[in-house]
Amino acid sequence: MTAIEMQPPRLSVGPFAWLRKNLFSTWYNVLLTILALALLYALLRPALQWALTEARWGVIAANLTLFMVGQYPRDQLWRVWLSIYLLSVLLGLSWGIWKHAARGFALIGLGAGFAFALIGLLLNSNVWINWLVAVALLFGFYALGRILPKRARSITSLAWLLYFPLVILLIAGARFIPFLSPVPTNLWGGLLLTLMITIIGNVLSLPLGILLALGRRSKLPVVRYFSIGYIELIRGVPLVTVLFMVSLLVPLFLPLGMPTPEAVIRAIIGFILFEAAYQAENVRGGLQAVPRGQYEAAQALGLSGPLTTALIILPQALRAVIPAIFNSFISLFKDTSLVSIVGLFEILRIGRSVLAQSEWLGTHREVFLFAFLIYWGFNMAFTYGSRRMEEAMGVGRR
Amino acid sequence: MSEIDQSQEIIIARDVHKWFDSFHVLKGINLEVKKGEVIVIFGPSGSGKSTFIRCINRLEEHQKGQIIVDGLELTNDIRNIEAIRSEVGMVFQQFNLFPHLTVLQNIMLAPTWVRRVSKEQSQETAMQLLKRVGIPEQANKYPGQLSGGQQQRVAIARALAMQPKIMLFDEPTSALDPEMIKEVLDVMIQLAKTGMTMLVVTHEMGFARAVANRMFFFDEGQVVESGTPEEIFKNPQEDRTKLFLSQILSH
Amino acid sequence: MQISAFLRNIRVLQVLAQILFVLLLALAAGFFYANVTTNLARQGLAVGYDFITNPASFDIGESYISYEPSDSYGRALLVGLVNTLVLSALGILLTTIVGIIAGIARLSSNWLISRLAAAYVGVIRNTPLIIQLMFWYFGIVLQLPSVREAMALPGSIFLTQRGVYLPKLDPTPTFDSWRIFIWIALVSIALIWFSFRLIQYRTELPVPLWAYLAYIVVPILILWVGFVIQPEAPLTENLPALTGLNFRGGLRLTPEFTALLFGLVLYTGAFIAEIVRAGIQAVSRGQVEAALSLGLTRAQALRLIIFPQALRVIIPPLTSQYLNLAKNSSLAIAIGYPDLFSIAGTVINQTGATIEVIVIMMLSYLSMSLFTSLLMNIYNSRMRLVER
Repeated sequence: MTAIEMQPPRLSVGPFAWLRKNLFSTWYNVLLTILALALLYALLRPALQWALTEARWGVIAANLTLFMVGQYPRDQLWRVWLSIYLLSVLLGLSWGIWKHAARGFALIGLGAGFAFALIGLLLNSNVWINWLVAVALLFGFYALGRILPKRARSITSLAWLLYFPLVILLIAGARFIPFLSPVPTNLWGGLLLTLMITIIGNVLSLPLGILLALGRRSKLPVVRYFSIGYIELIRGVPLVTVLFMVSLLVPLFLPLGMPTPEAVIRAIIGFILFEAAYQAENVRGGLQAVPRGQYEAAQALGLSGPLTTALIILPQALRAVIPAIFNSFISLFKDTSLVSIVGLFEILRIGRSVLAQSEWLGTHREVFLFAFLIYWGFNMAFTYGSRRMEEAMGVGRR
Repeated sequence: MSEIDQSQEIIIARDVHKWFDSFHVLKGINLEVKKGEVIVIFGPSGSGKSTFIRCINRLEEHQKGQIIVDGLELTNDIRNIEAIRSEVGMVFQQFNLFPHLTVLQNIMLAPTWVRRVSKEQSQETAMQLLKRVGIPEQANKYPGQLSGGQQQRVAIARALAMQPKIMLFDEPTSALDPEMIKEVLDVMIQLAKTGMTMLVVTHEMGFARAVANRMFFFDEGQVVESGTPEEIFKNPQEDRTKLFLSQILSH
Repeated sequence: MQISAFLRNIRVLQVLAQILFVLLLALAAGFFYANVTTNLARQGLAVGYDFITNPASFDIGESYISYEPSDSYGRALLVGLVNTLVLSALGILLTTIVGIIAGIARLSSNWLISRLAAAYVGVIRNTPLIIQLMFWYFGIVLQLPSVREAMALPGSIFLTQRGVYLPKLDPTPTFDSWRIFIWIALVSIALIWFSFRLIQYRTELPVPLWAYLAYIVVPILILWVGFVIQPEAPLTENLPALTGLNFRGGLRLTPEFTALLFGLVLYTGAFIAEIVRAGIQAVSRGQVEAALSLGLTRAQALRLIIFPQALRVIIPPLTSQYLNLAKNSSLAIAIGYPDLFSIAGTVINQTGATIEVIVIMMLSYLSMSLFTSLLMNIYNSRMRLVER
């Protein structure tokens, strides 16, 4: 008996069917859809009209460098570009070597490069050349990465680890290095400041968080109570109070001779202390997930406590909570917006100072939208990239 | 039967007691194992057999009595504990392989980091051990990719890599599917024939019959009966022993 | 030999390690303490809590308890604390509603509604709160029409750039006697709850949906009876009305309060929406199917099977979001609402008593956190599924 193949009834497939099913299935859905559409139209039409005709985007164009790097000396900007180029190189190499795991971030890098180049063109700024160079580097090293042998993996990983301290060195400079004259942190501002705080804060808060998590599970009561006390104290108070407290108290706590650390350093310390408590809770979850048998097997083999923790427990614990750790990294980026409250010049504060310029009075909506888009864009980019990386690593799923 | 060194008692347990909070789990264990002996410990669950052998390498701490391993008494002295742990190897019911390392790395880890053996040397030894347990081709796979029987054999190789004088087995085949039990028991029988001192907690009476020198029946925290496999199987003295044997030998 | 054996004892080593740790901590603490006292002495700042009773001499924009600049610093800080608590309480209430609606909207079968909710969540969650607060304050509330051209909403609600004016109810002399009826109404709610439990226990039948109306109808009845038998109405309307340059009467919500409330409610609401959505989705489909195949209606399945299980998953992260709202209220400093943090800052500026005020402030926030954690732990231990 042959199988009978029939076409589904006319009204259940096709675009009309989709509309019926998803938008107009019941009477209240019809009502909701109409209301929602009306609301969207009422809000979007004036907004789009404003954005495309009345808005004075010149305020962004004229102050673009200010928004991006604050007061960073203009003749030293090559160091910022060098950091970006190095990032392109690393992204391209990683994409070529690890393919799927790094593809998310690489695509973001490409997208960002193109987008910024486009914005540069639109705003009549010469930076579009630099951005296209960055994109070209990405592609070039992607091609290189694809043909490199497996040994390159460890070298590239090492390169990533070295990248962050290197960037800090590049941006901050040091007295004893010829081309890298020190740039005091009070000149850092804008997106550069936000990113530097995020990087340094993330890099240093995770080790401290790991120590706290281990301390929280320690058999020694004194260590355990200290860790619990610290973690609960920090998690119970708002971030601004920690920043405020560190800003005010660090000068008081230092001995007479020592110079007061700059405001940016103090803010970074505040972030490190704050984030560490939250990362500690993340790591603790991972530590709890490692079965007891792992400890016992290591003990039976004669591995000492520290060796067991370093070689056996931590690799498994950290792997289990990579999504949570990345989430904390990303939320730190958002939190850096608060440094304006302790006087630092991140994007919002710069926006306020730009608005005070007589030329650009009344452009608060443009400035605000710009800051909003930067934060939102970077956030989405980081989230997308880390999600892709987690998927490729098969992490976060048992 | 392999050579038994009659003069050397390598494990001595004298009046060993242990409590878990208020639960008295070991009620005065007296036991002696000579070098080269294969001892099988059996008994109902909760009888303290696993707890006892875990006391021997200090995974559990006994509160009363003495445990002496190869002349060293097991106390809170950290040097003794480390010395004893390096002479005693253990194989667990749940294998407890390290999932983030390859099979080869699992075996190489302890010699490299604890005995400070060079990487090439430990790799060579590891490959030899893998051949000995019959799965050299799995060297670069991860534990998750192996079957249960293969994982347990890797666990045995990992313990052997430290060149222990005593091997403890805590129900090594209880977590295995039936068709894989034989391959692990074969490796253990081979090991017994090389003269390794083994303390095995198991229900596998076939293994006991094949290579055990002596058997100890544990029940409710005490050694109820002990003897050679012949004596235990043909002529159990105590009622409890008879009851337990009838339960496990019937199916 | 004895000493070296002693030093190799595990117990001894553990104790020694702890002693060492404590010593290091004490050394660090001592070092910092010495620095602090020298630095404070150099700057001529006093140490101690004496300043608390000194007059504050600064004005506070809004307060729920009486405050004059001649009141003490302690009073000023208290005002800040009350402001924070009121804002947080109101915020928690409103954000729960917003979050639940948004969460359910996310799961709607209407494609447009669910996408809009997803957009709301995606945008709000991924931008810093401070930007959103500034948007609400500078971009919306301050852009409201001036008092003369106030935007009027039905029910005597006026939106202006000086604030939002709402109708208020003022107590009259008979309010005290009416208050008794309020207590009776509250007691009646408890009684209804008890009797429901009793009936359920005795008859083992679930309470029919219409019976829940009793919670609303009975108290309202009691209040209404109390209302009408009074010689004079216990409450009178106090409507805002434009007189001259300003509004008189009614309840005024400052622009700062309004913007902060809006911003916090919408921000936290986005997170709650995700929590609610995850909670509902966490209840496996099999539960719904089993319920339906047993003959329960969709509504009953929702109420008796899905909702209780979803609640278990939702409550813990929900309470931590409530806590986040209370902590985020400290961003009030960015738009000028006088909350605990901003007042603390002012007090520190004026008195130089940095450490003392910081300690007071941290303790206050900590108490709020610990209180919330305590409530959640109690709830959690009572609601834990009995498992093997």
